[in-house]
Amino acid sequence: MSEHISSVKLYVGIWLALLAGTGLTVFAAYVDLGPFNTIVALSIATIKAVLVVLFFMHVKYAHERMTKLVIVTAIFFLFILLALSMADYGTRLWT
Amino acid sequence: MHTSPVAAAHPEAHDNPALLHHFATAEQQKDAASFGMWLFLVTEVMFFGGMFCAYLVYRYWYFGDFGAASQSLDIRLGALNTVVLICSSLTVALAVRCAQIGKQKSIVIYLLLTIVLGLAFLGVKAVEYKSKFDENHIPGQAGFHLAGHIPSHPDIPVNQAHAQVYFSLYFAMTGMHALHMIIGVGLFAFLTYKAWQGRYTSDYYTPVENAGLYWHFVDIVWIYLFPLLYLIDRHK
Repeated sequence: MSEHISSVKLYVGIWLALLAGTGLTVFAAYVDLGPFNTIVALSIATIKAVLVVLFFMHVKYAHERMTKLVIVTAIFFLFILLALSMADYGTRLWT
Repeated sequence: MHTSPVAAAHPEAHDNPALLHHFATAEQQKDAASFGMWLFLVTEVMFFGGMFCAYLVYRYWYFGDFGAASQSLDIRLGALNTVVLICSSLTVALAVRCAQIGKQKSIVIYLLLTIVLGLAFLGVKAVEYKSKFDENHIPGQAGFHLAGHIPSHPDIPVNQAHAQVYFSLYFAMTGMHALHMIIGVGLFAFLTYKAWQGRYTSDYYTPVENAGLYWHFVDIVWIYLFPLLYLIDRHK
């Protein structure tokens, strides 16, 4: 088996990046960015999630391409769930 | 240890005792197990997705009330738990790495560390829940009351019904997340026992890896829950 083995250095680096992201998101929450507060918070969360998926969950090194297809499918259907629901609920108050 | 009949009959073709007879190679077996785990995680994405969708709808409808309710949470405990969970993800990743390189003692140590961090998370969560009960911030309770006003609108008091929707979502989402943590801690307790017995080698460590995938997923859910539940409208 040719399993990819990441170095401890890489794991600790990702760990530090995740901690920095947590600090940054708490800091950003107290800065008035107008409507961008939510966008910034969710962007930081998404960057953290991508780091976890790629490096902790080894998707970056997955030789099985089906794994990537499954992840993209999950994100796509989650997008459909959220976007189509909001297209309904988000516009009900419009007159 | 499990030895398949085929492996017993053909030792030259199957020198890995963990290889089941219906797989051609250990790599194929591992890929199948890993793929199955990812499919399970997709169902989990959709499961939590439903709750995130409900959150999104009500955050949009009851915008200010959600801001006021969010500010009643303790941001320090939320941030502490985020750090605890990120540390536990690191220890799991290192446990899987030790399995890959065959350091059997280190697997046990890192899994035990993960269990300790998982229990620490649940302990902090219990403290938070306790304070919600003390403050009468339990949705559906007759005495429910959230004092204060909508952020940046001192003239508009909090709508109690809308605030209860926030706390319903808070308890549903963090409660389901905590249940996943409890299940994860149970899984790791089992894996620690097996690892201590020397069950996992660099040839066979699929259960450790798949439990790791599950734990990282639970971590990702919290990565989104933290800003959505604790950090909204803090600047106002």
